[in-house]
Amino acid sequence: MASFIQLLVSGLATGAIYALIAVGFTLLWQTSQTINFAQGEFVMLPAFFVLGAMNFGAPFWLAALIAIALSVLILGFIFKYLIVDPMLKHGVLPLVISTIALSLFLKESAKDFYSSQAQPFPALVPPIDLHFLGAVISVQSITVLAVAIATVVALHLLLNNTRLGRMMQATAQNPTLARILGVPVARMVLYTFLINGVLVAIASILISPIYLAKFTNGEVLGMAAFLAAIIGGFNQVRGAILGGVILGVLDNLSAAYISSQYRAAFPLIILIVVILWRPQGLLGRAEERTV
Amino acid sequence: MLRLGLCSLAMATAVGLATPGHAQDKTVYMPALLELSGAGAVSGTNFRDGMLLAIEEINAKGGILGHKINTPILDTQSDAGISRGQMQKVLDNNPYIVFGPVFSGSVLVDMLLTQAAEVPEIVGGEAAAITQKGDPYVFRTSFGQQFSMPKIANYIRDGVKAKTVAVLWVNNDFGKGGRDNFVKEMNARNIKVVADISTESGQTDFSADVVKLKGANADAIFVYTNEEESARFLREAKKQGIKAPLIGETTLLGQKVIDLAGGAAEGVKGHVGLSVDAPIPAVQEFGAKFQKRFNYVCDHNGIKGYTAVYFVKHVTEKIGKFDSKAFAKAAHGITITPKDEPGILMEATWDQNGDIDRESFLGQVVDGKQKIVGVLPKLGIK
Repeated sequence: MASFIQLLVSGLATGAIYALIAVGFTLLWQTSQTINFAQGEFVMLPAFFVLGAMNFGAPFWLAALIAIALSVLILGFIFKYLIVDPMLKHGVLPLVISTIALSLFLKESAKDFYSSQAQPFPALVPPIDLHFLGAVISVQSITVLAVAIATVVALHLLLNNTRLGRMMQATAQNPTLARILGVPVARMVLYTFLINGVLVAIASILISPIYLAKFTNGEVLGMAAFLAAIIGGFNQVRGAILGGVILGVLDNLSAAYISSQYRAAFPLIILIVVILWRPQGLLGRAEERTV
Repeated sequence: MLRLGLCSLAMATAVGLATPGHAQDKTVYMPALLELSGAGAVSGTNFRDGMLLAIEEINAKGGILGHKINTPILDTQSDAGISRGQMQKVLDNNPYIVFGPVFSGSVLVDMLLTQAAEVPEIVGGEAAAITQKGDPYVFRTSFGQQFSMPKIANYIRDGVKAKTVAVLWVNNDFGKGGRDNFVKEMNARNIKVVADISTESGQTDFSADVVKLKGANADAIFVYTNEEESARFLREAKKQGIKAPLIGETTLLGQKVIDLAGGAAEGVKGHVGLSVDAPIPAVQEFGAKFQKRFNYVCDHNGIKGYTAVYFVKHVTEKIGKFDSKAFAKAAHGITITPKDEPGILMEATWDQNGDIDRESFLGQVVDGKQKIVGVLPKLGIK
C-alpha cells in the first residue's frame, strides 16, 4: 500500500507536468490548427534561460521570472509571427514540417550554445519527506503537483470566467462567426501562443530538477505530451489534462508492477486502445469535415 | 600559367591534407571517436579533454619522434551505428592509432573494423567482452569489469558486510556486462541478490525503480549506470528516503555525478578505478592542471584520455617508428612506470588481451567531493 501511494503521488506529479505541456498543444491546435512538434523543445529551452540568468548572478526566483518572460517573447510571440503566420497560409502540413525543423534547430542550438552535457537544476523546495500511511512522500512531488494544479485552475478560470477567455473560446470554436461578432480573432490567437509560452516555461521549471537540464529532454517530453493530448482528446483542454495524468500514473505503475523494460511501450498500448475504442480521445468531441 | 600554378598548389595542398600520416608535414594522424553528445557526453567530453591536455604537452615538447600529434575528434553522438560509420571514415585515412570510443557498445562494433585494418584502438570501454574476443589491436585505459567487479564484491562482503544486495543496472553493453560479472561475484561469495532491476540508457524517471529497491529491503544497493542516469537515480533515491548504503563502481562516485546529483550523492561508497583525488602526487597534479585548463573537476574518463596518449607516446618511442602492427605487438605485456614516462601517472601493465592492471581505490562521497579511503594493489596480471 505504501509503495502504491508513493508511486501514485510521483506519477501524478509527472502526469501533471505532461498535462501542462499537452494543454499548450491543444490550445494551439484549437485556435490556429497549429500542431507544434517543437513543443518538447519549447519545454527544454526555458530551463537553459533559467541557468543562463543564474550564471549572470540572478537568484533562482528572478531567473525563473526572466525565463517565463523570454519564453513568452520567443516561444510565443516570435514563434507565431516568424513561423506560424507565414507557414499556415500554405496549410497544416508545411507548418508541421516547419515545427519539426524548429525542434531540431532548438535542440542543436541548446547543445552548441550551452552544453551537450546535462546540467544540475535547482528544485523549487528542499528535499523534505512527509510520512503518510507508511509511505514516504516527497515535498518536491507535492509542490510540483500543487503548482501544476494551480496553473491549470488559473487557466480554467481565465477561459471560463472572464470575457477574454470566452472570446478565446469563441475563436477556437468558430473563428468566422467570432469575427462577425466583433471578437479580435488575430489577437485571441496570439494570446494562446503567449499562454503556451507561460505553460511550457512552468513545465520546464518543474520537470528540470528531475530530468536535469539537457538539450535532448524535448524528445521525451514532446512525445509524452503529444500522446497525452491524443489520449485525452486533442480538441479539449480537459482531455489533455486527463491524458497527461493517465500517462504519468500508468507509466509509474506499469514500470513498478508489470515490467520496467517495457515501460516505454505501455503509453503506446494505451494510445492504440483509445484510438480503437474512442478515436476522438477520452474527452474529445468528434469532428466532421466535408469537402 | 598563373592558373596552372594555382591548380598545382591546390592539388599539392589537397594531397597534403589527404595524407595526414606522412612524415614530410611532421604530424602523425591519430583520430579520436568520442561521445561528445547524447547519453555518453560526460564520459566522452572528459576523455577528450584529458587527451587534449596530453597532446598539448607532448606537442609543446616537439611531439612523438619529432612528429606533432594530429587528432581530429569526431562525435559518435553516443550511438554505435554513427560510431561505426565514423570509424570507417577515419580508417580510410590510414591512421596510426585510433582513440575511443568510451561506450562499450560502440567499442564492440568499431573494434571489428580496427582489427581488420590492423590499427590499434585505445578505448575507454569497460565491458568485459571487449578484451575477450582475441582482438590483438584493442587496448583498455581502465579496468575491465572482470577485474573491477571482484574488487567491489570483496568490499561489499568485507567492508559493508552485506548478506543481501540489490542491483540496479543500465540496459546497454556496459551495464549488462557489469551486471553479469557482479551477480557472478555475489554468488561466489554467498551474497544473495534480492532485486535485479534493469533501467534504460537515457532514462529520466527512476521513481518506480526506487520503489522496487525499497521493497527489496537489501543490506546494500549496487548501482551500475552511466553518469546522468546515476545522478537522476541518486536524486530520486534521496527524495524517497532510501536508507540502505548505495555502492557504486567508479561512475557513481565521479565528480560530475556528484555535481549533478546536488547533494543526493552524499555518503555513496564504492570502488574507484581512477580518481584525481587518489593519494598519488602525480595524479593530483594532473587533476589540478586539468581543472585550471578546462575549469571543471576531471573524472576517471579524463585520466583515461590523458594516460591513453602517453601510453601511445611511450610505446611508439620504444619501437622507434610509426608502425601500427609493431605497436600492437610491443604494447602487449608492457609495464610503464611514472619513472619511464611521467605522463602515465601510475604504474600500469597491459596484458596479452589488452587489459590494464594498476592500483585502484576505495572511495566515499563526503561534503560534495570524492574522498579516497583506501588503496587496493595491482592484481598482478601478466
